[in-house]
Amino acid sequence: MTKPQVGVVVFPGSNCEQDVVHAFRYLGAEARYIWHHETDVSGFDVLVLPGGFAYGDYLRTGAIAAFSPIMDSVRAFAHEGGPVIGICNGFQILCEAGLLPGALRRNTGLKFRCIPVQVRVETTASPFTSSAGEGQVLEIPINHFEGNYFCDDETLSVLERDNRIAFRYCSPDGETTAEANPNGALANIAGIISEAGNVLGMMPHPERAIDPEVGGTDGEVIFRSVMAASSLVTQG
Amino acid sequence: MSTPEDLHRQLGLTDEEYERIEGILEREPNRAELAMFSVMWSEHCSYKSSRIHLKTLPSEGPDILVGPGEGAGIVKVGDLAVALRLESHNHPSFVEPFQGAATGIGGVVRDVLSVGARPIALFDPLRFGPLPVEGRVPQTVGERNRFLVEGVVSGISSYGNCIGVPTVGGEVKFEDCYSGNPLVNVMCIGVAPVERIHHARADGPGNKVLLLGSKTGRDGIGGVSVLASASFGDDDADKRPSVQVGDPFTEKLLIEACLELMEAGLVVGIQDLGGAGLSCATSESAANAGNGMKVNLEAVPRREQGMEPFEVLISESQERMLVIVEEKDAERALSICDKWGLAASVIGEVAAGGRLEVTDNGSIIADVPAASLGDGPIYDRPIQAPHWIEDLARQEVGASPPDDLGKTLLELLAAPNIASKSWVWEQFDHQVMLGTVVTPGHDAAVIRLPSSSERIAVSTDGNGRYCYLDPFLGAQHAVAEAYRNVSAVGARPIAITNCLNFGNPERPEVMWQFAESVRGMGEACMALGTPVTGGNVSFYNETSGSAIYPTPVVGMVGVMPRDVIPPPIGFQNEGDVIALVGMTSDDLGGGEYARTILGKIGGRVPRLDLGTEATNGTVVRRLIELGLVSSTHDCSEGGIGVTVAESCIAGGIGASLELDDELAPHVWLFSESPSRYVISYPESRSDEVIELVAGSNGHIARIGAVGGNELIWGPEIRLDLETLTATYKRSFAEAMGYAR
Repeated sequence: MTKPQVGVVVFPGSNCEQDVVHAFRYLGAEARYIWHHETDVSGFDVLVLPGGFAYGDYLRTGAIAAFSPIMDSVRAFAHEGGPVIGICNGFQILCEAGLLPGALRRNTGLKFRCIPVQVRVETTASPFTSSAGEGQVLEIPINHFEGNYFCDDETLSVLERDNRIAFRYCSPDGETTAEANPNGALANIAGIISEAGNVLGMMPHPERAIDPEVGGTDGEVIFRSVMAASSLVTQG
Repeated sequence: MSTPEDLHRQLGLTDEEYERIEGILEREPNRAELAMFSVMWSEHCSYKSSRIHLKTLPSEGPDILVGPGEGAGIVKVGDLAVALRLESHNHPSFVEPFQGAATGIGGVVRDVLSVGARPIALFDPLRFGPLPVEGRVPQTVGERNRFLVEGVVSGISSYGNCIGVPTVGGEVKFEDCYSGNPLVNVMCIGVAPVERIHHARADGPGNKVLLLGSKTGRDGIGGVSVLASASFGDDDADKRPSVQVGDPFTEKLLIEACLELMEAGLVVGIQDLGGAGLSCATSESAANAGNGMKVNLEAVPRREQGMEPFEVLISESQERMLVIVEEKDAERALSICDKWGLAASVIGEVAAGGRLEVTDNGSIIADVPAASLGDGPIYDRPIQAPHWIEDLARQEVGASPPDDLGKTLLELLAAPNIASKSWVWEQFDHQVMLGTVVTPGHDAAVIRLPSSSERIAVSTDGNGRYCYLDPFLGAQHAVAEAYRNVSAVGARPIAITNCLNFGNPERPEVMWQFAESVRGMGEACMALGTPVTGGNVSFYNETSGSAIYPTPVVGMVGVMPRDVIPPPIGFQNEGDVIALVGMTSDDLGGGEYARTILGKIGGRVPRLDLGTEATNGTVVRRLIELGLVSSTHDCSEGGIGVTVAESCIAGGIGASLELDDELAPHVWLFSESPSRYVISYPESRSDEVIELVAGSNGHIARIGAVGGNELIWGPEIRLDLETLTATYKRSFAEAMGYAR
């Protein structure tokens, strides 16, 4: 069986790209970088927009990166059904690029927060969570200043109706309480999925919870799910 | 219009220094030259008051690859070169805490980058005046201190997080003396293959000189503001120097571009632009190679129009590097910079003959021997022991016990100097790069290195209060405490770097504090086998004639094999034995109990036996290597009481301590005798542990057992874990005005 091919997009100011590549390689995938000026994404099974501060987060987080040359290719790749994951700054970029609805606002505490949080898996009917259990609680770190997810009421009801909320912040025993919400996100939303189901945006960093030497292994299930899904596509 | 003779005094040069410049040039210097000499011969750049003392520090050892004098010191760890550098950004952070702290990070990161290393970790040793909650200073002063903490932490968070280098450690300490002059030190660790170490050398006449990074503006010409206002008879507001503003995005691009240039093998020499800007980078790199340099100022990319040539020469605009490349590689180097979106241009070339010739559109701006700028005066300033030393030492601290030992312990756990600083480090990305094996909140950070079987442990330490009472012993304690912290996670300490924060060196008492501190540090480093790889001196830390405590800060690096597991600081298992490695004496002098509970700064600084320190450190490392211990924790501020409480809180489990029949209860609990560790281990391993410690001439005593959900000590202390935890973890955020 060929290894899944993961492309990790590097914008000027990205800073988690090496960690994402390390994590996928650690799990047995092939992973390599795609400079944001490139436009050819053929041969990749999965695309990841990593965390960081693309373009210094100047103007607004993700706002400038959304216009990088690579984004047209990312859009086309997603349109063809290819799985795309945006982590943290990558999530912000996907929202700015219109690939996901809503926006990420400043944390309610008006402080940057780098802490482990618990999230509850809200759906297993996605290529990103298929290996997880419904309601499974994962401990994954967050690391952001703008992680406070927001969308209008109509969008929220659509997200809920269509089972497109991937993760919600929760207590260690799985309750989605206000205390468990680290940034004020609407309805404790930590990650959402696109209408077609193949684009995931999430604020927690699964790549920081894969190598047991640093940060635990709870993030593994997300990357393993997408690797399994992509090898199905490749084989099919 | 003032003459150059008046000008030199306004620029901070003495008449003798001016005469020396005339002697070097064999003529009068012009204004640009005078500006260059004044910044290069400033205390900050020339180390003119400190050099004769610094050269007494031990700087050689088997692990040292590069000692003092380069952008960063370098030690060998396995096949890798590990660079370390500690810097200060005290004054800018007092004026503008956010940008001051931010640009401090930028500077030290470029220092590490300049030796060819990728920056992989940051540490922030910080000192502030007391917060309002302590009631030690007037409310307005306390509020100002809180504002400074808030701003400095935000600045570090903003800059450090953006450049993608994890902030994995540091300290936050409070003393009255820092109200008028906070200390914002920052340490950076970097890593490179041994064969890729670079030097600040402009070798090869004819090679091209590239300036890359941010464009040059008028920022940071503050040191010579008199020049701008008086000498040129022009006080236009738009000529006033502006505060240096950090651009972490550009710094991140600069890191990646420089590393790509090095990986491509295009770099002959490289130097960061810091204090004194282009003047320093061009003259130093040329002089280091015994060469000269021709610099064309018109080629320097500028942020604003109408800059005077001397302003371009001494501007301290951030995020810039100077790179020497061969002529054939210049185009390729420029295209790499272009890929990263960085401004870059060839601003000159290396020249034989040793002269630094600066021109601007054909007219000569400066023509000086390159080496002369870095070859400033050296002073042996007068020293005089201050009169207060003996009075302070005689002060009585802690003869009578407090009414309620439990309440006292809680007060210590809530004190800003001791309470958990998670409010601070949770604002820092301490995980990026996936190298942080032991996170902030422990005795030392442990970082794994890419494709290496070795890990490094790093701790920064310094005790200004001890140094105020006894600078010689205080500096030794700084080294010893760092040694203990690094040993407590199982690493063998191999080297230090330092940042020496002091008052005005022209005052003999301050110079005495400095000389004594350096002497103490040198002896401690010699005894503990940790040479000094370099450092930084920050003088003139005083406001209105009132100096800070002398505050030498040590950044220590240790190594440990990957298969040694650093034990947690928290107790782990019900029934484990709690033991103390090292001896406890009546050592309340200068301690946290005296300061926070009694409100006294005084007494005798604890005696320190460096041989015992080494023995106990070696023993603890051995216990960790053999996997005999469940937890280890350095025992320092707040003594056994605080240390055991911290181990309970971190482990989420209680402890019962046994009574000691020799020392008074409060002395035994809060004494800060050095060279001690609180460890825990299963009863079944007791014999092995005791045998090993005794066999190494160490001292170990059982002091209690792990278990339950309370901390119990005789009839005097009974505190439930929930109260301990809430007090320790919430107090700092509350003191900062964030109730959680």
